[in-house]
Amino acid sequence: MSAPTHRDTVGPPIRVFLVDDHQLFLSGVRSELGEQFEMVGHAHDVPSAMAGIRATGPDVVLLDVHMPGGGGGAVIRAVAPQHPEVRFLALSVSDAADDVIEVIRAGARGYVTKSIAPAELAQAIRHVHEGDAVFSPRLAGFVLDAFAGEAPPRSDPELDQLTAREREVLRHIARGYAYKQIARQLHISVKTVESHVSAVLRKLQLSNRHQLTRWATDRRLV
Amino acid sequence: MAGVAAGLADRLGVDHVMVRLALVVLAFAGGVGVVAYLLLWAFTPEADAAEGAEPRPPGGRRQDLERAVAFAFVVGGTLLLLRQAGVWFGDAVVWPVALGALGSALIWTRADDAGRARFARVASRARSPVEGVLTGRLSRTRILLGGLLIAGGMAAFLAANNALVAFRNVVFAVVVTVTGVGLILGPWVWRMGRQLAEERRQRIRSEERAEMAAHLHDSVLQSLALIQRASTPQEMVSLARGQERELRAWLFGRSGPSAHDLLGTAIEEMAGRVERLHHVKVEAVVVGGCRVDDRVQGLVQATGEAVMNAAKHAGVDALSVYVEVEPEQVSAFVRDQGKGFDPAAVPEDRRGIADSIVGRMERAGGTAVVESAPGEGTEVTVRLGRRTP
Repeated sequence: MSAPTHRDTVGPPIRVFLVDDHQLFLSGVRSELGEQFEMVGHAHDVPSAMAGIRATGPDVVLLDVHMPGGGGGAVIRAVAPQHPEVRFLALSVSDAADDVIEVIRAGARGYVTKSIAPAELAQAIRHVHEGDAVFSPRLAGFVLDAFAGEAPPRSDPELDQLTAREREVLRHIARGYAYKQIARQLHISVKTVESHVSAVLRKLQLSNRHQLTRWATDRRLV
Repeated sequence: MAGVAAGLADRLGVDHVMVRLALVVLAFAGGVGVVAYLLLWAFTPEADAAEGAEPRPPGGRRQDLERAVAFAFVVGGTLLLLRQAGVWFGDAVVWPVALGALGSALIWTRADDAGRARFARVASRARSPVEGVLTGRLSRTRILLGGLLIAGGMAAFLAANNALVAFRNVVFAVVVTVTGVGLILGPWVWRMGRQLAEERRQRIRSEERAEMAAHLHDSVLQSLALIQRASTPQEMVSLARGQERELRAWLFGRSGPSAHDLLGTAIEEMAGRVERLHHVKVEAVVVGGCRVDDRVQGLVQATGEAVMNAAKHAGVDALSVYVEVEPEQVSAFVRDQGKGFDPAAVPEDRRGIADSIVGRMERAGGTAVVESAPGEGTEVTVRLGRRTP
């Protein structure tokens, strides 16, 4: 994971809702996170997730990408319009680029793999709760790949191209640097690094680059 | 009968079927055919056994066709001549027989000649449709046309003999019978066809399942067995991780003959090897891709050495590998968050490893930089310019 910077949580604990169709994983994460967060509920498919999130109003939803009945993207699209305050963090065993990009484009604030260490997962949840984007090295690699090459013709260069600085930040994430280390390397503040990452996330969600949906299958990236 | 027709066919270079049919037609033309047959039998020299066994040299397709048409004209001319001369059984008999003979010739001539069929396929694009009819490439058209000619001949014969009414009754009876048989057997035949298709699908599915079972048995079950016997948590984790990597590659199609020489696969394999050997997690991210030639292979090996080095000395349980392929260069970064070292005051053994990475990259025509500070982790950067094609 990218940002093991520790910030002490003050005030009430973050309320976390878990969505995963894998029962064993669900209970594992619940016991890992139970001490630091308030686990308000869990669901194992799309309809129960939608109902559960609406009923409990959590701060952060940990969302599996693959689920029966539509996957994580469907949950975000159904819930996010009425509950913009709920943040989503995608969590998956699938490293298939198109799955990951799909759920990010649906509105997730970040993506981590299920092999993530518990402490890093907790850190990622805090980041997402504060409105930051959470990019794993792998996601950074996907984004660099998706935005490689020239922008498509008649496109919005604001959205379809990464700036040199954003590219540099993503490269450092992919190389395994934490936000704080990136800030030191590039002589910028951590806040600036975070704003670059958020800008990349926005581009990822709004860009019309056709590669974003197609390149993964073309290159068979995993 | 006595090999006369075959002999004549060989001599003339036309199909013996055609010769036989011509003789039959001529036989109806006042018995001329019978006479001709007997004369030919008497005067045709006995073919040498060896010569007879030898296959006729395959003439060109066009040549064969020309010969056949010429022969047909000769026979037709002879018929007209005989008619004129009065040696004739009557129009009502000869013309229908001639029509039928032509139809038979169309259907039967050298239908068994595979070589010709092959030739026809090769040349089919260059030929006109009419020729196509006569070659067997369009055998269905041929059979249809031949059948029509025969049917025409039969109808003409029957009409000439006032037997058409009776014939119509027969046809009606045949149609009714065929329909009846079709109604009885049709559903059964259809069901048979469906069952065959279904069985075929089942077989394909069970083969797929067997292949998958074999793969899972060789990989996942073995790993699960090993994990149960593992003595340390690290060993357990690295077994699980190696299996995960392997299964992922299998599921998402990274393997396969074409992927083997790709950079991404090479890096993943390298990462997996180090994970197995040193029980560390190696997170490899590859952006872009290229083929692995000798120089890129050098970069992969140098990267592998850097990863191995970090796994041994950094004292961490996870490290990152990032490889990016750009149009003008390939870069690889090996980063650990470990204890690091002061590059100015390195112990001899680490100096040696760093040297070997740098040396390897220089031999491949690239560069290698090792950056580290005590407590700050280490990063090895290797770069290789890409030759412009």
